[in-house]
Amino acid sequence: MSDCLKEKVGEVLLPGDIFSFENTSEKVICGPGLRRNGDEVLVCKSGILRHKHPNMYWVDSQQKRYVPVKGESVIGIVTAKSGDVFKVDVGGSELASLSYLAFEGATKRNRPNVQVGDLVYGQFLIANKDMEPELVCIDSCGRANGMGVFGAGGLLIKVSLGLVRRLLAQQSALVKELEQVFPFEMVVGLNGRVWVKAQSMQRVQVLASLLESCENMTPQQRHALFRRAANGAS
Amino acid sequence: MRSRLATTMEVDGLSAFSLREFGCEQNLLSRPDGSSSFVQGDTSVLAGVYGPAEVKISKEIYDRATMEVVIQPKVGLPGVKERAREQCVRETCEAALLSTLHPRSSLSLVLQVVHDDGSLLSCCLNAACMALMDAGLPMGCLFCGVTCAIDPEGHIVTDPTAQQEKDSRAVMTFAIDSAQHRVMMSSTKGSFSVNELQQCIAVSQRASEKIFQFYRESVRRRYSKTV
Repeated sequence: MSDCLKEKVGEVLLPGDIFSFENTSEKVICGPGLRRNGDEVLVCKSGILRHKHPNMYWVDSQQKRYVPVKGESVIGIVTAKSGDVFKVDVGGSELASLSYLAFEGATKRNRPNVQVGDLVYGQFLIANKDMEPELVCIDSCGRANGMGVFGAGGLLIKVSLGLVRRLLAQQSALVKELEQVFPFEMVVGLNGRVWVKAQSMQRVQVLASLLESCENMTPQQRHALFRRAANGAS
Repeated sequence: MRSRLATTMEVDGLSAFSLREFGCEQNLLSRPDGSSSFVQGDTSVLAGVYGPAEVKISKEIYDRATMEVVIQPKVGLPGVKERAREQCVRETCEAALLSTLHPRSSLSLVLQVVHDDGSLLSCCLNAACMALMDAGLPMGCLFCGVTCAIDPEGHIVTDPTAQQEKDSRAVMTFAIDSAQHRVMMSSTKGSFSVNELQQCIAVSQRASEKIFQFYRESVRRRYSKTV
């Protein structure tokens, strides 16, 4: 019954496409871009249908605007301090709130050192369409686990959400090739923000322009460009 | 990303319909969340979509997104004509979008007329649909616009040029959805009989199939580069 979905994997779907099932005993998990409507599955975004074993399906689309999703890790900009919460801009339609207690080792006495304008890396504890999104910079055990306020230096750039997912994919060819250009640090937020830091500011700028340019490039073109950059850097 | 198509087709029993060559490009502007340009013959419209974004408290709707449409004419300030078109486009977009998925947010669509050579409203609708799709906003179905003109002899001309519109007795524009090919919006000018209206709708529905095919082709081309 999920055959009709399976045979479309890798193809481009448009909003309004409908898959209907006769046999409803089998389960299908619908990811972003797919909606269940009774016995039918409705496509609501344009993009490529992807499948993950055994029965997960979603539509992979090239978007620029971020919509908060629970559990996703993002890079935010602290825009205001109000009482005991910080307001953080994550690129969504609303500012997210971040409690000052949601940092590792923070207590009522021992407040974290966060200023307006700082960058934070955190994950969504609450994110749904009806409520204000809430960020935390600790995991469920109370450990920072890589999250928190960014140190000095580095550069924040904005790329499309599709590129971010490509950067985060396991065994991403893009990251492997980028590593060979020169050593650097990179933090990738699922909201399309990427923070990079390298030895010198010049290298950071090269890195930023490389990332922005590989948005629409075939692997061959990318390969040639990265090789040129590596030669220029050494 | 850029694709073009021209069609002439015989609709069974009815007069042949012909669409001028049309073309589309998505994601051509860097700042908006979604953008497209749509060309029908010499008529050309550029569209940009922002959203879901923050909304003014006064315009906030608690259970769905607030849709805003602005049409910028080629020269001068927008007038009554543009306002009427804006409303047609806005109501069509609201019907197609699943705006309940983004409550208390704003969706704004800006349409810039680059050149007007007839069938402007249908070109605006097509550009709007492509831009909404590019922005990745959740939609229940797609829509397209088809303009028909009835010339003094009673022949139906689809996708008329400005001159053909001027010479015609009546001009009608329909927005048609992709799911059931039903009429979502109609805007008419001039005098015509009920029979003629029905005929025009039938022709537009046939023409819309061509446009939806073109949509699919141009989106496929856009995603052909992503691995």
